Amino acid sequence: MAMQEIEVTINGTRYEEMVEPRMLLSDFLREVCGLTGTHVGCEHGVCGACTVVLDDAAVRSCLIFAVQADDRSILTVEGLAQNGELTTLQKNFKENHGLQCGFCTSGILMAATDFIEKKPEADSQEIKEMLSGHLCRCTGYDGIVKAVEKTIEENKNSVKELNT
Amino acid sequence: MKPAKFDYHRPDNLPDALRLLDEAGFDGKIIAGGQSLVPIMNMRLATPECLIDINGLTDLDFIECKDHVVKIGAMTRQSQVEDSEVVGQNIPLLKEAVPFIGHVQTRNRGTIGGSIVHADPSAELPLVLMTLGGKVKISSGDEERIVDAEDFFITYLTTDLMPTEILTEIHIPVWEGQTGHSFMEVARRHGDFALVAASCQMAVDEVGRIGNVRLALGGVEAIPFLIEDAQTVLCGEQLTEGLIEQLAEIVGESVEPESDLHASEEYRRHLAKVLTSRTLRQAYERARG
Repeated sequence: MAMQEIEVTINGTRYEEMVEPRMLLSDFLREVCGLTGTHVGCEHGVCGACTVVLDDAAVRSCLIFAVQADDRSILTVEGLAQNGELTTLQKNFKENHGLQCGFCTSGILMAATDFIEKKPEADSQEIKEMLSGHLCRCTGYDGIVKAVEKTIEENKNSVKELNT
Repeated sequence: MKPAKFDYHRPDNLPDALRLLDEAGFDGKIIAGGQSLVPIMNMRLATPECLIDINGLTDLDFIECKDHVVKIGAMTRQSQVEDSEVVGQNIPLLKEAVPFIGHVQTRNRGTIGGSIVHADPSAELPLVLMTLGGKVKISSGDEERIVDAEDFFITYLTTDLMPTEILTEIHIPVWEGQTGHSFMEVARRHGDFALVAASCQMAVDEVGRIGNVRLALGGVEAIPFLIEDAQTVLCGEQLTEGLIEQLAEIVGESVEPESDLHASEEYRRHLAKVLTSRTLRQAYERARG
């Protein structure tokens, strides 16, 4: 089928591109937009490496076609840090051994960013359930859970400070 | 691991979607959340020539409760069902089952209608629909029809849905009175398809006699397996360990699960009995309050 034109906002920047309908969103991000922070692992929705935030929900970009993202807005790992300043979650990944090789990290960061926003009071069981959608073969997950827990704690403290 | 070529259409209303589907004939396929379809397209187990995307059909995204029936639009995301107060208050069994579907990242995209038409024998939503005696509403170019869950599922990944039809709503009756529910499954890892899943709902009177009970198992047959003997054995009785054991034995004898690389037939049969007992016990305890 003929190429289709799509307009997608990624990390605040508007992209207008021609794509084949069969192009996966993960391939579109990496190969068309050059945003290689989104990683491609299993390509059938199991490993979670390609997770991005589409509108307001963390989803697998390998299970969505780029044409389906037309007129939508996407946040990828490149959109987290602002002016070189890491987010609290990213800092905590660094400090708590939340990553080693880094292959799974961008997907987990995107899922965790969305998760913390929706569940600012999440306990460690809920964190683990969220992480069950991601495969990490380096860390044993312990550092990742700590990083998310610490972020939730720090966010709560900063809310308290704001209120006092 | 890239899908084969296809034509793509994104209608924004149901009549257009039905027309496109009719024109495409056997080459057409509806895509909703795509969480089952896209993996099999990526692996080229499915190579539809024409994909009709119904994500633009916002009319099919709703949850409402009217006249003791909860109606859920086919395009409602599984995560919306999980967070819905209407579902939590009226169909707690469904709320309990949804977190077992895949992971939060797939539930954010996966739809209730998509999972039901996919009809995986171990999937949670078909099992709940069967347990609660739900119905599906189906539309085609010239008519609408309503089909009972018991008639909708035919065999592995096969339903009563015709190539020119779209499932638009699911209807689940709300039980009145003192009721209890239970959903349990055993899977190798959280989020994997269940080896065996069990789902139960019952209603009891003030002295604890069972008035109505529905018990169904997933992963043991080609479609969700309704244990009809549960009614005959348990109705009018107070639940005892003896009755639980009796029913578990009946289940063990009546299911014919298959062996695969995940679990043997024998192990699945064992799980069917164990989960039958556990869900009955929990549903009864909850019904008794």
